[in-house]
Amino acid sequence: MSEGTLYDKVWARHKVADLPNGQDQLFIGLHLIHEVTSPQPFSELRERGIEVPFPERNVATVDHIVPTRPEGRERPLADESAEGMLTALERNTSETGIQFYGLESEKQGITHVVAPELGLTQPGTTVVCGDSHTATHGAFGAIAFGIGTSQVRDVLASQCVAADKAEVRRIEVDGRLGEGVHSKDLILKIIAELGVDGGVGYVYEYGGEAVRDLSMEERLAVCNMSIEGGARAGYINPDETTYEFLRGREFAPEGDAFEERKAYWESIASDPDADYDDVVHLDAGNLEPMVTWGTNPGQAVGIGDPVPAPEDLPEGERDAARAAQEHTGVTPGEPMAGYPIDVAFLGTCTNGRASDFREAAAVLEGREVHPDVRALAVPGSGTVKSTLEAEGVDDIFREAGFDWREAGCSMCLAMNDDSLEGSERCASSSNRNYVGRQGSKDGRTVLMSPAMVAAAAVEGEVADVRDLTEVDA
Amino acid sequence: MSGEGSENGVGVEEMKVRRVAGTGVPVRGDDIDTDQIIPARFLKTTTWEGMDQYAFYDARRDDDGELNDHPFNEYKGANVLVVNDNFGCGSSREHAPRALARWGVEAIVGESFAEIFADNCKSLGIPAATTDPETVAELQDFIEANPSAGIELDVVDETVTYDGKTVDVDIDEAMRGALVQGIWDTVALLRSNMDAIDETAADLPYVDR
Repeated sequence: MSEGTLYDKVWARHKVADLPNGQDQLFIGLHLIHEVTSPQPFSELRERGIEVPFPERNVATVDHIVPTRPEGRERPLADESAEGMLTALERNTSETGIQFYGLESEKQGITHVVAPELGLTQPGTTVVCGDSHTATHGAFGAIAFGIGTSQVRDVLASQCVAADKAEVRRIEVDGRLGEGVHSKDLILKIIAELGVDGGVGYVYEYGGEAVRDLSMEERLAVCNMSIEGGARAGYINPDETTYEFLRGREFAPEGDAFEERKAYWESIASDPDADYDDVVHLDAGNLEPMVTWGTNPGQAVGIGDPVPAPEDLPEGERDAARAAQEHTGVTPGEPMAGYPIDVAFLGTCTNGRASDFREAAAVLEGREVHPDVRALAVPGSGTVKSTLEAEGVDDIFREAGFDWREAGCSMCLAMNDDSLEGSERCASSSNRNYVGRQGSKDGRTVLMSPAMVAAAAVEGEVADVRDLTEVDA
Repeated sequence: MSGEGSENGVGVEEMKVRRVAGTGVPVRGDDIDTDQIIPARFLKTTTWEGMDQYAFYDARRDDDGELNDHPFNEYKGANVLVVNDNFGCGSSREHAPRALARWGVEAIVGESFAEIFADNCKSLGIPAATTDPETVAELQDFIEANPSAGIELDVVDETVTYDGKTVDVDIDEAMRGALVQGIWDTVALLRSNMDAIDETAADLPYVDR
C-alpha cells in the first residue's frame, strides 16, 4: 500500500472512524451540489427530520439543465421538469442554509468551474459531488471524487461518506508540451495509453516536469478526466502555481491566515520518498494534439497518426473498436484530420474556463467559422463569461461566427436544448464521446482541446491547429 | 422511527429499531405488487414528497376519483401494516416502501414478502416480520374490530403483542441484526459518530467551528 503520498495524508486527516461494514468514515470538507442528484436526498432528510450539520461546507449551483440562451433563462423555465428541479434546489438550499448560486447570480455555472474560481477548492481538503467529474478538484491537491445519490444524502446528513481507500498510481510525465499541445491532449494520451478501465481501484497522482509546468486551468482539465481513465480521483501536489491561483479568491484565507494555511498545504504534499502502488512514466516531448476516433475517451490518436485497424488492437478491444468505427464512420489507416464536422462545441467542466476560450480565440482571431458548421461557445460560469467579455474575447467568438451563450453544461450531455441532431459530427471540448452522449443516438463526438475545436470550426473538418498557427505566422 | 430515543437522528441509539408500537392497518390480499403500492406515473418526481398520497393511489379512489373506504383512508395514524402473502412483488422500486413510510408505516407484519421489497424496507429501517396465515388473519380481524387498540412488534424478541397476548413472528436474521444493531442505514451509521465527526472537523485547519 502507498505511504507518504498526499492521498494517504489527506485521507488520514479526514478519517473519522472505522465502520462496522469495513469501510472508512471520511469527513468531507466541501460538498458541491447541483440540481440533478440532490432532490431526493434533501427530501429524505426532511422526511426523517434530519438537519444538515455543516451547511457551510456545502455549496450549490445549477448547471446540467439550465438553458444557455439568454432568453431561455426566464422563470419559470419552459421545460417543466427542469423548472421543478431548479425550484427544488432553491427551496432545499434556502431551508438548510446552504449557499446557492442560482440563475440570477453572476457566479452561477458548472460546479467544477465555480468552486475553483471562488477559491472554495483548496489543497488538503476532501471534495465530493453527485457528479463523476468531481475529480476535477484534485488539481489543487485535494481528494475529490464523485458520489451517488444515496451518498449525497449521507453527506448532507453527516458531512461524511463511507468509503474504501484506493491504491495510488503515480503518473510521471517527463518533458514539455510542444506548441499547440495542451493539457487536454496530455490526459487523452494518458487514457489512451492506460485504458478507460486502467485506473479502476486507483487514484492517479499526476506529476513530473510537464505537469509542474501546467497552469491551474490546465491542471483542472487533466484531473477532470481521471474518471474517464477509470480512476475514482486524480490529483496534483500543490505548489506555487496552486497558491498563486488561490491568493485573493473570495473563499481563500487572507493575509497571515493565508500563510498559515499554506503551511498546511505544503505539509500534505507527497513526500519525495513516498511509496506508490504503481508508477507509470510518459514523455510529453513528442506528444501531438489528440483526437478521439471512437466512442470512448481512450479511443484516441495523435492528429497525425492513422486510426488503428481493429485487427491491430489487442484482442479484447477489437469488437468494441469495430462497433465504434461503424458508429463514427471513420476508416482505419487514415488520420482523423480531414473528417468533416457539423458542430463545434466549446465549454464544459473540462474546458470551459477563461484560458480555454482565450486559447481558442487566439486561433479564431481574424478567421471565420466554416459556413457548414454551427459553433457554440458556452462559458463554464458567469464569472468566466464576464471576464472574457471584459477582455473582448466574446467579440472574437461572435465575429468568427460562434454563438456566444450563458453558462451551463450545455451540449456535453444535452440535458437542455443544446443537442446534436441526427448523425452530426461534433468537434467537442467535452469529456465523453459515448454513443448518444450529446443528445442524439446517432451523433458523433470527436474529443479534442479547445484550440483544436477552434481549428476544426474554421476548417469545417478535423484539423491540426498547428497548421493554422503556422500559416498565420 | 419509533425505535429508541427521539426522531432527531442524533446518536446511535436512535438508529436501533428494537420495537415499533402503535396501532394497526390491515391491507388484505395476496400478491399485492409494487405497482399497486405506487403506480409508475408517480415516480417521475424530484422528491419523495407527496408519496403518502400516492400509496395505494388507485385502490384508494373510486371511479370518480373520490376517496373510498380503503384502509389507507380509514386507519390514519396507524403504523403497523398487516398484509398477506407475497406482499411487494413486482418492480423493485424503492418508491413503494417509501410511500408506505411517508404515509406512516413503521413496521409490516405479513405472511411473506418479496425479497427486493424486504431489502428496501431494511434500508429504510422498516422491520418486515412474517407469521402464519392464521395469525395474520386473526390480527387483521382484531384491528378491524378494534382500530384504536395498541399493537407492538418487538424486533429483538420477534413477537407481536396485541389484545393482551403475545405471538411469535419471524424476522430475517440479517434484517433483524441490522435493525437491532442500528447499522441498516449509512446515514445512521455515519451519524452515530457525530462526536468523532466534530473532533475530526475541529482538527482540520480549514474548518471553522
